[in-house]
Amino acid sequence: MKDRIIGRVRRVNGPVIEADGITDAQMLELVRVGESRLVGEVLKLSGDRAVIQVYEDTTGLAPRDNVYGAGMPLSLELGPGLIGSIYDGIQRPLEALRSLSGHYIESGITAEPLDRTRTWRFVPDPDLKPGAPVAGGRILGTVRETSRVEHRVLVPPEVSGTLESLVPEGDYPVDRRIAVVRTDSGTRELPMLQSWPIRIPRPVRQRRPLSIPLITGQRVIDTLFPLAKGGTVAIPGGFGTGKTMTQHAIAKWCDADIIVYIGCGERGNEMTDVLTEFPKLVDPRTGRSLMERTILIANTSNMPVSAREASVYTGVTLAEYYRDQGYHVAVMADSTSRWAEALRELSGRMEEMPAEEGFPAYLPTRIADFYERAGYMDTLSGREGSVSIIGAVSPPGGDFSEPVTQHTRRFVRCFWGLDRQLANARHYPAISWLDSYSEYLDDVTPWWEEHAGASWAGERREILELLQREVRLQQVVKLVGPDALPDSQRFVLEVCALFKNAFLQQNAFDDVDRYSSVDKQLRMLSLILVYWRRGAEAIKRGVTLVKLKQMKVLSDIIKMKFNIRDEGAAEFDKLQARLERSLDQLESIYA
Amino acid sequence: MPEQETRNEARRRLMSGREYVGADRIDGPLLVLRKTHPVGYRELAECVDREGHTRLGMVLDTSDDAVVIQVFEGTQGLTLPGTKVRFRGRPLTLGVTEKMLGRVFDGLGRPIDGGPAPLAQEEVDVNGRPINPTSREYPRDFIQTGISAIDGMNTLIRGQKLPIFSGNGLPHNELAAQIARQAKIRGGSNDFAVVFAAMGVKHDVARYFTRSFEETGVLENVALFLSLADDPSIERIITPRTALTLAEHLAYRKGLHVLVILTDMSNYCESLREISTIRGEIPSRKGYPGYLYSDLAEIYERSGMIRGTPGSITQLPILTMPSDDISHPIPDLTGYITEGQIVFEREMSGRGIYPPVAGLPSLSRLMKDGIGEGMTREDHPHLASQLFAAYSYVKDVRNLASVIGEEELTPLDHQYLEFGEFFERKFVSQGKDEDRPIERTLELGWEALKLLPSEELHRVTDEEIETYYLGEG
Repeated sequence: MKDRIIGRVRRVNGPVIEADGITDAQMLELVRVGESRLVGEVLKLSGDRAVIQVYEDTTGLAPRDNVYGAGMPLSLELGPGLIGSIYDGIQRPLEALRSLSGHYIESGITAEPLDRTRTWRFVPDPDLKPGAPVAGGRILGTVRETSRVEHRVLVPPEVSGTLESLVPEGDYPVDRRIAVVRTDSGTRELPMLQSWPIRIPRPVRQRRPLSIPLITGQRVIDTLFPLAKGGTVAIPGGFGTGKTMTQHAIAKWCDADIIVYIGCGERGNEMTDVLTEFPKLVDPRTGRSLMERTILIANTSNMPVSAREASVYTGVTLAEYYRDQGYHVAVMADSTSRWAEALRELSGRMEEMPAEEGFPAYLPTRIADFYERAGYMDTLSGREGSVSIIGAVSPPGGDFSEPVTQHTRRFVRCFWGLDRQLANARHYPAISWLDSYSEYLDDVTPWWEEHAGASWAGERREILELLQREVRLQQVVKLVGPDALPDSQRFVLEVCALFKNAFLQQNAFDDVDRYSSVDKQLRMLSLILVYWRRGAEAIKRGVTLVKLKQMKVLSDIIKMKFNIRDEGAAEFDKLQARLERSLDQLESIYA
Repeated sequence: MPEQETRNEARRRLMSGREYVGADRIDGPLLVLRKTHPVGYRELAECVDREGHTRLGMVLDTSDDAVVIQVFEGTQGLTLPGTKVRFRGRPLTLGVTEKMLGRVFDGLGRPIDGGPAPLAQEEVDVNGRPINPTSREYPRDFIQTGISAIDGMNTLIRGQKLPIFSGNGLPHNELAAQIARQAKIRGGSNDFAVVFAAMGVKHDVARYFTRSFEETGVLENVALFLSLADDPSIERIITPRTALTLAEHLAYRKGLHVLVILTDMSNYCESLREISTIRGEIPSRKGYPGYLYSDLAEIYERSGMIRGTPGSITQLPILTMPSDDISHPIPDLTGYITEGQIVFEREMSGRGIYPPVAGLPSLSRLMKDGIGEGMTREDHPHLASQLFAAYSYVKDVRNLASVIGEEELTPLDHQYLEFGEFFERKFVSQGKDEDRPIERTLELGWEALKLLPSEELHRVTDEEIETYYLGEG
């Protein structure tokens, strides 16, 4: 190891250590501590002392142990081979660690994040000839990383100059030189592998306004509270309200090209679930395994707390790397509260002055920094790409007024609040239609109108108004019972109940219901609104609510989500015709 | 891994036998020593009092100036000049062997049943190591507990961690003992063992469990770790870790299916708060330390199954919610780590329903993959979902009835009330020795649904209604 000794341990207090005799350490420099070379990062420098956060278990570390500096910040290896991998919070490949240390993760073991022995078929860009000027973000060539992801090998952002040579098509390992660029400060040899520090956002040409929705196939999200590609959303909810289930559903079915799933301080079995389930699932759009677009970052709750702090940055940096290649990436962070708690724990160990509930005063800044790394960009390569961030929040006691939820709310533009009452009634996804909102609505309306139907925005508003009316009526019902209401108002309750059952609830385990295309969503919504409009009309003409409720067609409407597939436009036509016929019949009796 | 010992390490190894006489400060369970050799973080320390009795401790903070030791057996009777301390150069370990089954130990794993210490097969660090997520096997084997509220509605899966959120005076001990007696895998291997860790519980509770194991003749498959209410509270910090160290040996080395009962986790958390306060750490909610979540996770995550090994660890932690408040930090953080929870309801218990499992807040996260065709029965997932939905409506109707009176309810709502009554009295409620097979549980579920009209059943398929609702079922 070429590392130089930069100081010695003075004090060990959990994951935070103090070192003295520091000679030339940089802020945020990557260091290795002790003879087992535990990975750490310099957080504070003062005189000859430094505070270092260690990303591994510090058991056995003692004063006088050496601290080695790497001379660079904590960085990721970027290149082909990332997709389908599972890493810990500091990009140690967990599969490789298993072959090194067995079922348990030992301290001080390291493995290359990208396998050096594997070769990749590199196809150079035919338009690129020696002598051509190249700049950061220029695509040198491509590698087929998985059957659905074409990895575009980029010139690192900080390199620009004249291309001297480029290798011909062939199989190369990631660390073999594939190009030489002459820059102002000498020649640079470029392998496919590059590195980037996790705490610094990768540069882009410019941000673009958001206009395309991220289609998740989840009806309550896409139709009621849409998220835009490049947008940010928080999913807060107490335990058992289905944060992880919602995250999994989006990771499985959303129309992003790449998914980065960060399991941050959550359960080990949940990561295993993803690992065993994703390879078996098939993407409805490409027919390929979902694992072929997924990168997992697993830093479970019992893994070292400081690596949990780093894991969200690791995830978002990987996402930015694929964005720069021109992909739409969705980052799931489950859960950002655990990340904030890691910040709190480390801050406490450093004996910093706490602000709210023991969280450090810089918590809002850190949350903002993280969410601001999302966006729809013109990348340096000239292609468009986006990073969307979907962050779960686990508020203590399910109380949304706590600091992490409150600060997160300030920096995201979409909010899917999970409701304990709904979850208790096993109404999943338990996204509350009263607490949730999306500021992307106006941004994505043109897209919906173009791709699904012009009636979308209007119908969406209509059903939301109905749901609001229902809340007021329910308050009355709680006091006097439903029988006291006239049929016209009870019909509102009836339609809302139908809408919740038939539309909002979505069964993640049903082969048909787990994903709904935008067309299907709009058809379902329209059908329910036909029932509402025509039914309300019929009641005015004297049809009783009981008769309306007895229509046989209703049970088919409730089950349409299971019975009609995405491509079943004809079946929707048939169902709608039946509904209208039933209503016609009723009206003719009462006319 | 370092191939060569460095000078610093060599010095530490040589120094590890050195004995320091006299401490500089004693504060609660913490002992502070100045001017020592470089001592490792979390190293094991042996503190010898004036009577020559050795107490074990662990290094919590180490620096050039001072070493802070947490003494597990308490510091009562220690003097500043008369205390001798030796650092062992390694963390606290437990010698583990299969022979520990059938024995009783204290919180640190030393026998207290009068027998000799069993000959250890290996020495293992009690703090454990995180399991590599890629090594985990996703749990999906249904455990039949014979309790309808669990089997039918909140199914326990082998390798799951499913806590019981209870309150003082509620029958959590009875339920845990009943699960330990009745739990079995249908048609699978049943090489099982129970590891029981008691933290700060009363003597009669420990005796209740021992007797219950004795009566069913399983005592030779049970290892008990007792750190009772009158033992030093600090010992409770290590008790669950000792117990889980043995459980890991039994499960992953010996291939046994281990059920770990941890009672009462609330006492554990209180000890943790005690230490944290003495150390002057910045508290988060209700005075509990900010790292309570990570600390609890270190315990709860030591469960599950590992690829390629036959055994498993199923955890059944019991915690009493202070003033029955589920949003208190202890149940709250536990719920975020564990795979569901069984919640007790005082009101149900008051009405004489055993087990008083609250229908709605209880949940088993692993249930979805362990039930259904080939595991329990094909109608189980839909049936459970339908029962939940209907029972949730029952709660609404009851609220309404308490405002407008039962007479004013619609006929349908009356049917729901009847369903609710049947569900609680016949389905949830059962005898403390009643071992219901899953078929009987599902049958009772359908009997309950028969009290409702079939149009109300949205979550079951038409075929299921045909077979079980209309048919003989």
